[in-house]
Amino acid sequence: MAYVAVKGGERAIDAAHDWLARERRGDPAIPALGIRQVEEQLGRAVDRVMAEGSCHDTGLAALAIKQAQGDLIEAAFLLRAYRTTLPRFASSLPVETAAMVIRRRISAIYKDLPGGQVLGPTYDYTHRLLDFSLAAERLDETEMRPPARPTDTGRRAMPRVMDLLDREGLMGAEQPGDAAPADLTREPLSFPAGRDVRLQALARGDEGFLLALGYSTQRGYGNTHPFVGEIRVGAVAVEIVPPELGFAIEIGRIDLTECEMVNQFGGSKTEPAQFTRGYGLCFGHAERKAMGMALVDRSMRASEFGEDVTAPAQDIEFVLSHSDNIEATGFVEHLKLPHYVDFQSELETIRRMRRTAGEDAAPEGEAP
Amino acid sequence: MSGYNFAYLDEQTKRMIRRAILKAVAIPGHQVPFGAREMPLPYGWGTGGIQVTAAILGQDDVLKVIDQGADDTTNAVSIRRFFARTAGVATTTRTTKATVIQTRHRIPETPLRADQILVYQVPLPEPLAKLEPSRAETRQMHALAEYGLMHVKLYEDIARFGHIAISYDYPVMVNGRYLMSPSPIPAFDTPKMHRMPALQLFGAGREKRIYAVPPFTSVRPLDFDDHPFRLIRAPHPCALCGARDSYLDEVLTDDRGGRMFVCSDTDYCASRRDIAEAAGEAA
Repeated sequence: MAYVAVKGGERAIDAAHDWLARERRGDPAIPALGIRQVEEQLGRAVDRVMAEGSCHDTGLAALAIKQAQGDLIEAAFLLRAYRTTLPRFASSLPVETAAMVIRRRISAIYKDLPGGQVLGPTYDYTHRLLDFSLAAERLDETEMRPPARPTDTGRRAMPRVMDLLDREGLMGAEQPGDAAPADLTREPLSFPAGRDVRLQALARGDEGFLLALGYSTQRGYGNTHPFVGEIRVGAVAVEIVPPELGFAIEIGRIDLTECEMVNQFGGSKTEPAQFTRGYGLCFGHAERKAMGMALVDRSMRASEFGEDVTAPAQDIEFVLSHSDNIEATGFVEHLKLPHYVDFQSELETIRRMRRTAGEDAAPEGEAP
Repeated sequence: MSGYNFAYLDEQTKRMIRRAILKAVAIPGHQVPFGAREMPLPYGWGTGGIQVTAAILGQDDVLKVIDQGADDTTNAVSIRRFFARTAGVATTTRTTKATVIQTRHRIPETPLRADQILVYQVPLPEPLAKLEPSRAETRQMHALAEYGLMHVKLYEDIARFGHIAISYDYPVMVNGRYLMSPSPIPAFDTPKMHRMPALQLFGAGREKRIYAVPPFTSVRPLDFDDHPFRLIRAPHPCALCGARDSYLDEVLTDDRGGRMFVCSDTDYCASRRDIAEAAGEAA
């Protein structure tokens, strides 16, 4: 075989893109997927892409999912790359989750509480049996049924469980901060990282990573003795104060999932025993993510409460440096790029090492 | 390209990056944190180099992009296209004609001039990372110029193998002060960095760091008096142009151990063959 200089990278890329486009579309005899269909019927996927893409726009997230053939990390990357080009015209006021229009709200620490438990749309108590009626390509039964949602749920007053505990003085006080929160999309991460940065990183972090790390704390790698104080899912208003007006106006609503974990704290010489908080908040309906986030948030507060930092989930630098799946996927997948220059020098080095080892092993007096 | 600013990034972001570059030039070899943006290309595929190039590129610049020394590797093609599309600048494969050269893993064989800028893509800017994973720790080690750990690593190599076994990304001291990763260029290329007339800029997008070596700055590979730094190169001439001074790629030609060695720098190799051809015709 003669050596042919590798040429035509440009043509290869064009052809690959063309192939990809055809593969994405699939069999042309099957109707193309509509963005609205993705938005309406693959809502949890849309929510995950919005959270990890850190951009709340269901339409764009649905488009990204379609474009990425349902590869959700690829879709989140598409959304991130788009969001980074958008101008910033304002910073919102903090959203008030106590005033959330609730779709779901549960507490695992009180049987009943003001506002009540609202199960909402959850998979929690479904039996995981494949529903073959959904496979039939006709109208779902559910489409005929009247809505099950009680009309008054969202309007009922639902104080946050944490605030109730707080009133009794059992909850460790949070340090209120007046400073504008840091923004790691504008300023690079540096250590030690404050809790604002940590929470931002976790909110954009990979669901699987947070799930696994949170799970590890439950299995003994930095246990925090958690209880689900509350999970609430629903819509909150986003407000900004335009400088020319000087007062707050509502610019829209976003769906959020908030999880507050209550964790034990034995107290110290200076502080009485009390509960501490782990906090999770993310776009859309994403309880698994919010719970993982709350577990990891509390774990990373170890040194704040004088606990030994021994487990991965407690190591702030470890968690924050590896939570971002766009960074992770890029760096892992870059191993696909050519490395033959480095590999060639490794080849020469290893050949030399083997030669030297052979010389050393050769008996005295023999030519090497 | 409509809808996007010249060279993709908005001017505010470019200014932020230029400020980081200026700081980096002022403190040779020191890693300057910067607010790296998400780019439409993945992290690990040159986003740091792309952001640096985007920040310094002007309309009259001529851009060359290489990966593994070659202009026609797929990622080099992709990045060159990105700038042709977003900045509309002229591109070239000739080292001598370029004003800005973005590179991954190589320094061109043709010596660079003072009116050229070399932009490196950097995956892991922290030279101490393999010895100390915490960046909070390594930052302090740099501040105190505490590089004993690296010397110990090199010493251990010598004790185990009889020589230093780092074949690429060979740690260098810049301006006698900062330990620096030259990016994963082969150790063969490291001496080219020393007192190079061209400005050398390094961009690490995922790790959000920029650093620089100003023109004519001292760049010394770490070594010991009794174990001086040695070049690693396959002991062959290039099978295409016959060069004995260039870095070579090893190419497998069959499944029975057949192999050949050719220049990794495609422009250098092609230029040499052109010259040889012209001389042949003239004769």
